[in-house]
Amino acid sequence: MNIYLQLFFTFLKIGAFTFGGGWAMISIIEKEIVDKKHWLERPEFLDLLAIAQAVPGILAVNISVVVGDRLKGMKGSVAAAAGTILPSFIIILAIAIFLTPELIKNNAVISAIFKGIRPAVVALIIAPVLSSAKAAGITWKTIVIPAGVALLIFSGLPVVSNPIIYILSGGIAGYIVFTRRAVSEKKENR
Amino acid sequence: MVYLQLIWSYLKIGLFGFGGGYAMLSLIENEIVKHGGIPAWGIDGQIFTDIVAISQMTPGPIGINSATYIGYVVPGNAGLDSPWWGILGSVVCTLAVVLPPFLLVSYMSHFIRRHHDSAIIKGVLSGLRPVVVGLIASAALLLMNGQNFGTTPQELTVSVLLCIASFAVVKFTGIHPISVITGAGAIGFITYYLIGI
Repeated sequence: MNIYLQLFFTFLKIGAFTFGGGWAMISIIEKEIVDKKHWLERPEFLDLLAIAQAVPGILAVNISVVVGDRLKGMKGSVAAAAGTILPSFIIILAIAIFLTPELIKNNAVISAIFKGIRPAVVALIIAPVLSSAKAAGITWKTIVIPAGVALLIFSGLPVVSNPIIYILSGGIAGYIVFTRRAVSEKKENR
Repeated sequence: MVYLQLIWSYLKIGLFGFGGGYAMLSLIENEIVKHGGIPAWGIDGQIFTDIVAISQMTPGPIGINSATYIGYVVPGNAGLDSPWWGILGSVVCTLAVVLPPFLLVSYMSHFIRRHHDSAIIKGVLSGLRPVVVGLIASAALLLMNGQNFGTTPQELTVSVLLCIASFAVVKFTGIHPISVITGAGAIGFITYYLIGI
């Protein structure tokens, strides 16, 4: 089979059978690409993974794009990304056509089920707040940053409730702190 | 023109979507749900939560799932009734959300490859980490409202208990989120349909 089709079908399989997005997909992609297909050596895969994480966007799509790009350039990345996207696109489109917001609201059984589901979904979003705070090394001193960001976005006030300004300022601040630290370390080493 | 607005929103979501699906929720809420002055889009916090639920129960990343679902629903709400307008919306939103990272990776992979250990990218990513925590927290805060927890005292009680129980299950047991959502749906069916509180 031609390499583009192989890329497409490999990522199609990954896209169709992994629930929960990027992080859940990583180990499965690694198994397929490194262990089964031998398209990449493990260190190179980990290198590509780091690139995929440094780029914004949907992690699973980013991984397929970097792997496809590394193997077969632009056409390879299109084939791999199409494979990742297509299953969820088709499944959600089918759901959107049949399970419309009106049906969820007006059907007695479905609306009862969703009334139970909604608070659970909120809980599923609260859980990663704690795990990501731990991973980011947030302490009682630095908690003011995420808390301030969350409350300002929640406030609904013009401008400050737009998450994009915190993504930009966080990135810029991180860059400044990091380069200053690098400069002072260089001076110390002299 | 609803398609241009959708494309613009999803380009921004793709371009600033750092930190995974949950962090992206905050961007999607800001662009689509709170969407300044376009109530015709008709996506409220309740529909948004339902989309997140559907995303959790189906394979694939939340960014793609929400783009496809919202892309289908919004043209209909804006008066374009044929399902073909919805399908077109799904296609353009999904392409828009993957386009910025696609171009970045394709054209900048050499730059990133050379610099991903450098101060530029490490610094930027370390600065984003605490922000991402705040983004996820804001997404949760924005969804804790009457649309999702109900308005009567009975509904509120059931919802708060369900939320705490689901949180405890996810946090302290290895039970998969899909099972948690299924269980909560079953409890919803029993309390609101069978018992009918």
